[in-house]
Amino acid sequence: MAIGIIERTAKDIVLTAQEYSLFAQRAVLNVFRKPRYWTDFLMQCNIIGVGSSAIVLLSGFFTGGVLALQSQATLSQFGATAVTGRFVSTTMLRELGPVLTGIMVAGRNASSMASELGSMVVTEQIDAMRALGVDPMRKLVTPRIYACILMLFFLTILADAFGIFGGAFVTIFMNHQNGTQYFSQAWEHLRYPDIIQGLVKPLVSGYIIASVGCFYGMRTTGGTEGVGRSTIDAVVFSSVIIIFADFLLTQILLTLFPPI
Amino acid sequence: MTDTPGSPHSAPYGSGSTTVDAAAEEPVVVFRNVSITFDGPPVLNDISFSVAPGETRILLGPAGVGKSVLLKLINGLLRPDQGSILLFGHDVATMTEEQLFPLRIRTGMVFQEGALFDSLTVRDNVAYQLIQERVPDDEIDRRVHEALTFVELDSTFDFYPASLSGGMRRRVAIARALIHRPEIILYDSPTGGLDPITSTTIIELVMKQRDVYRTPSLLVTHRLQDAFTLSTHRFDPTLGRMALLPTGETDPNTTYMMLEEGRLIFDGSLHELVHTDNKFVREFLE
Repeated sequence: MAIGIIERTAKDIVLTAQEYSLFAQRAVLNVFRKPRYWTDFLMQCNIIGVGSSAIVLLSGFFTGGVLALQSQATLSQFGATAVTGRFVSTTMLRELGPVLTGIMVAGRNASSMASELGSMVVTEQIDAMRALGVDPMRKLVTPRIYACILMLFFLTILADAFGIFGGAFVTIFMNHQNGTQYFSQAWEHLRYPDIIQGLVKPLVSGYIIASVGCFYGMRTTGGTEGVGRSTIDAVVFSSVIIIFADFLLTQILLTLFPPI
Repeated sequence: MTDTPGSPHSAPYGSGSTTVDAAAEEPVVVFRNVSITFDGPPVLNDISFSVAPGETRILLGPAGVGKSVLLKLINGLLRPDQGSILLFGHDVATMTEEQLFPLRIRTGMVFQEGALFDSLTVRDNVAYQLIQERVPDDEIDRRVHEALTFVELDSTFDFYPASLSGGMRRRVAIARALIHRPEIILYDSPTGGLDPITSTTIIELVMKQRDVYRTPSLLVTHRLQDAFTLSTHRFDPTLGRMALLPTGETDPNTTYMMLEEGRLIFDGSLHELVHTDNKFVREFLE
């Protein structure tokens, strides 16, 4: 009995992974074939990029502020509060900027993609689209994936910048330290590998957010309850996969660009 | 739409043929021993039938018997586990999704709840195929007005689906299915859940398409009144509404099928339907 349940669960996991791989691969390769839906791509850029900018800026700003507060408490024990700027900028660029932006955008957009596409599935709009001779993968999924990859790249840059500003705000107005010193530390100790590491991760996260969100949306079953289930799955799995992918990417990038 | 049937202007939503010789032409749809199973027992089991040019086939059966599944098999929205399905002579069961798109464009489908795109206006919903084909805006507007006039909803041109009633949504769905001049129309319970007056309006539109433009169709319903009305009435273009056929006369191109537990248990005319000995059919009719 127990073995039967384990076997079924294992098969379900393998089948889901296989279906997701084929789905994500097809969605990406669609860009090389006509028709291409540029208007839908631009609309998604607006929804994902402009729509998420406020939450990304605020979360970036306060994360930078928290980093400055925490580092002040620790670094002051060693008389090293002068390196706060370096600490905040390196941490934001290499790790917290990409990961936090990915998770914030996943919470907002993976859920909206899953619920929007899921609602379209249960109200037969996806079937209607197919019946009208339009491929929903090309029309709905491919534009979302490329828009999410592109927008997450720029949103991460914004989050990094506002994280550094948040750190500066706390350093100058709450910790009463020198602002010039903060920014010079933040700038001088940055290396290209730090920037590369910070900008490769959002490309992968963007792909994960949109592909997982659309995948769960398109396989929705069971009416409105099913839409809710798909939305939860999309947010949970995209967030977990982003953190897992971050772990793998960090390992790979640290091997490629070892710290000095 | 009071044009004379058969004139070039009169056939915007159909094949345009006014004389139907079903025996002389290839069937539009052919099912051969089709079966499909999801989880559990077969939803459809060894189904065989055909739809001839100009023919209207009415598929009867209680809810959950596989009527909508059968309709979705015709244009390849679902794939059968066994058997072959010929649509315009092409076996859709063996075709890829890419290959199916040109066939689907030749097929009009009206979904159970309309399945209109919530984020688009009525104009963009009806013109969906034309927009994808990059037809000029003027041409699109003209054809959408024409299609909406056909379903008597021209005033909803700029509305969003959310502001339409259930019956209006179905009529817009019919306009969307007809705008590309389909060679067959599939109606999935077009009157389900509607009040009798709105149902009659929808059935009148189905009849108008059948009698004026001679487009073959397959209509799924569990409402006997709608099914019988299609046999006992014809659309009168001069009156602009349906009219009762003389007593004892029925439309010869409207025939019936009935499903029970995934099997086709009846296939024949209205006369054969009401005189059948099949116990399930008798119970359904009574």
